[in-house]
Amino acid sequence: MTDRVMTRNRVRRARAVEAIAKFVMGACLLFAAGMTVAIIGIIIYRGAPSISWAFLSQMPKHQMTAGGIWPAIWGTLMLTLGTALFAVPVGIGAGIYLSEYARRGAGTRLVRLSIANMAGVPSIVYGLFGFSLFVVALKFGTSLISGALTLACLTLPVIIGATEEALRQVPQDLRQASLALGATKLRTTLRVVLPAAAPGIVTGSILGLSRAAGETAPIIFTAVAFFAPLPKTPLDPVMALPYHLYIMATQAVKPAPTVVWGTAFVLVAGVTTAGVLAAAWRSRQRSRIRW
Amino acid sequence: MKVRIGMALAVVAVLVLGAIALTGCGGASSGTTSGSTGATSGQESGTINISGSDTMVNMAQAWAEAYATVNSNAAITVKGGGSGNGIAALLNKTVDFADSSREIKPEEITQGKANAVNPVTTEVARDGVVVIVNSGNALAGITKDQLGKVYRGEITNWKDLGGASAPIVLLGRDSSSGTYAFIQDVVIGKGLNYAKSMRSLQSNQAIVDEVAKNPNGIGYVGLGYESKSIKPLPVGGVTASVSTVLDGTYPLSRGLNMISNGDPTGLAAAYLQWILGPDGQKIVKDQGFVPLSK
Amino acid sequence: MTQPSPKTARRGRPGFSRAADGVVKRLIAACGWLAIIILGAIFVFLLVNSVRAMREIGLAKMISGTDWFPTSEPARFGFLPSEVGSLWVTGVSLLLAVPIGIAASVYLSEFAKGRFKEIAKSIVEFMAAVPSVVLGLLGVAYVAPVIQQTFHVESGLTALTAGIVVGIMSMPTIISISEDALHSVPSALRQGSLALGNTSWQTTYKVTIPAASSGIFAAVMLGLGRAIGETMVVLMLAGNAGIIPSSPLEAARTMTGTIAQEMGEVVRGGTHFSVLFAMGLVLFAITFAINLAADVVLERQRKMWRR
Repeated sequence: MTDRVMTRNRVRRARAVEAIAKFVMGACLLFAAGMTVAIIGIIIYRGAPSISWAFLSQMPKHQMTAGGIWPAIWGTLMLTLGTALFAVPVGIGAGIYLSEYARRGAGTRLVRLSIANMAGVPSIVYGLFGFSLFVVALKFGTSLISGALTLACLTLPVIIGATEEALRQVPQDLRQASLALGATKLRTTLRVVLPAAAPGIVTGSILGLSRAAGETAPIIFTAVAFFAPLPKTPLDPVMALPYHLYIMATQAVKPAPTVVWGTAFVLVAGVTTAGVLAAAWRSRQRSRIRW
Repeated sequence: MKVRIGMALAVVAVLVLGAIALTGCGGASSGTTSGSTGATSGQESGTINISGSDTMVNMAQAWAEAYATVNSNAAITVKGGGSGNGIAALLNKTVDFADSSREIKPEEITQGKANAVNPVTTEVARDGVVVIVNSGNALAGITKDQLGKVYRGEITNWKDLGGASAPIVLLGRDSSSGTYAFIQDVVIGKGLNYAKSMRSLQSNQAIVDEVAKNPNGIGYVGLGYESKSIKPLPVGGVTASVSTVLDGTYPLSRGLNMISNGDPTGLAAAYLQWILGPDGQKIVKDQGFVPLSK
Repeated sequence: MTQPSPKTARRGRPGFSRAADGVVKRLIAACGWLAIIILGAIFVFLLVNSVRAMREIGLAKMISGTDWFPTSEPARFGFLPSEVGSLWVTGVSLLLAVPIGIAASVYLSEFAKGRFKEIAKSIVEFMAAVPSVVLGLLGVAYVAPVIQQTFHVESGLTALTAGIVVGIMSMPTIISISEDALHSVPSALRQGSLALGNTSWQTTYKVTIPAASSGIFAAVMLGLGRAIGETMVVLMLAGNAGIIPSSPLEAARTMTGTIAQEMGEVVRGGTHFSVLFAMGLVLFAITFAINLAADVVLERQRKMWRR
């Protein structure tokens, strides 16, 4: 065979291999994306019919077989609000401190690395911590505040990480220009760098908070009850959507399937709407900023 | 679009004020959203936290819902998790009552003393633990002795009980369940353990669902969880029912208790009295359990 | 020109403003320290509360013990059933998520273009936002019955079921981090390879993937960390039996599931309480180490390709 024929065959074979490889990999991508679509689709299909104003605004009746899930929605909102109150200021402040002010050395690097890795610690460990500290040791009991504080500890590394990442993206030129114009470091940080990093920080915080809203393990023993009226003080237990769903999926006497899937729908809709809006806002901001 | 720090601080301030306001609002409206009709003033008010037995959890919720129409100033919160969880919560002083489908253990009383908790038990209803199998299972009954062997893992095939040859699928609760502890005491034998192959399910309802689906399943649930989808097995020839539990002929009878730290006072005492009264006991009956014999 | 010189201008600044600056700076530093203290406290708390268990039973004995009977008369606290269960669930999940995830990320990075790429990426990352309890519900409703019928097991609640759902959950993590790693390989390398006559696919597997290999490895480690730490899905799907499972078709209990289930029944100060903290400490150590290793690898890769 001539060289030319051999090369042509080799090329043909390589192209065939490439086509097969692309097909297999594309199929894998389709599987991954398809799973997401299927999950969302099933939840919408089975949950949307349950959604009505009555469902969203009433108390549960007849042991969860009828009525609505209002106290669970309220509880989740309150928990998330409490989490935000504690985690966002401290998280952003810590992120600024670690990124702009702390001494650049191995010690600081270790601290920052450790904080970032706290985000990967299982949520049940945070639940264990929160239970022993807030519920038992500080005697807050199973309450809104115990749950919010526990979730805040969970969310803190996420917000700190998002803040640091956003601050890191701001070019040094901006800081140096501000300093050159005579501003102090504090002014530079607060008036120039922080606003520039704001989209990333806000988005990261919202994503972190929506993750906290969907968490079940940390609140099982720190905040929730199976059945409770709306909390009158932060020291009262609350109902919450993720826990409500967990109980109905595993324990309650024959809850109406409509209630189960409706709760899943509300939870997913709430959590993902926040996340999607945040991500969309961030990409819009990003496309506007030109360094 | 510059985000001004001042505006950001203003937003945070609004959120904080909103949170405080809304929590207050939520409190004010909670009394009306529970649909109460006979709202009487001059009644005790406050919150009672109850957690514990999964066997009792639906009954506890029914009590809480009904009591809200009697006293709209009371907020009763209910949680399941198992009798062990309820008692632990009581000893941790995080609840007012522990619902328990078993007696409190001596170690728990000792632990309570260490935490300055004095557990006082009040029986509020009675129950029979029913042994259930799939509706297609031909077995006519079982003895307590055989049941012990099955749950200790000594008998593993239905043919040893007189049925067709098939592996027994052993279902039970987890160690926080009062029913788990009761069966361990009464059927398996003190100091002996469950078979390791037993699947721990989360709740009575989960056991019912699994047995209904599984032709080889066997499980144990409270009387109130009987349903058409599964078949109860008479134990030692006696079928579990309200009458056989009341007269003591059903071998797996037990009391359902509410345990408090010391004698209950105030709203807690009023609530307990109401449960022991005709309204509360009617709910016991409606739930399928056994009211206290008068 | 009557503008004041910088010296006089600075002198003219009100002292209040400078004092306020000092306060704000101190507040920011306080936040930083508060965060460090809180996160350090978690580790310290875990350690301090495990001491009793370690003294009474011994860490080695707990980690290697085969019986878990916390409420029996002589209580037995062996972690092995939970550890092996965790391994099975994690193993199944990685078996599912790693090949599919890496293949999908390669396609996304090397062969997908423009809007299709953006849309596909968004869809895949969307799944990460779905709460795990919802995925558990879907598993109970759809995956468990299928497993039960396909494999003719007695119950659909097995390590395999939990592993499948956890695997699906881990895919977005693996895909997005792998895709980042591939993306950061300079195009010069790819172009060089193409110029030498390789096809796109040959370039990918001969040049790009090896170049990004440490990043892809880090992605897998992070997926692993996520899988080990998953709680709700395994609670709802794994079956929670006390045996040491010898195949993924049996019911299993995991460390996360055990802690979640039994946390409610422990009285503060008791041995059981302390043992759960010891288990939490083990979990913490494992996931922290995995995440740290992955981070270090990712950082090194970022430095390697920075222009």
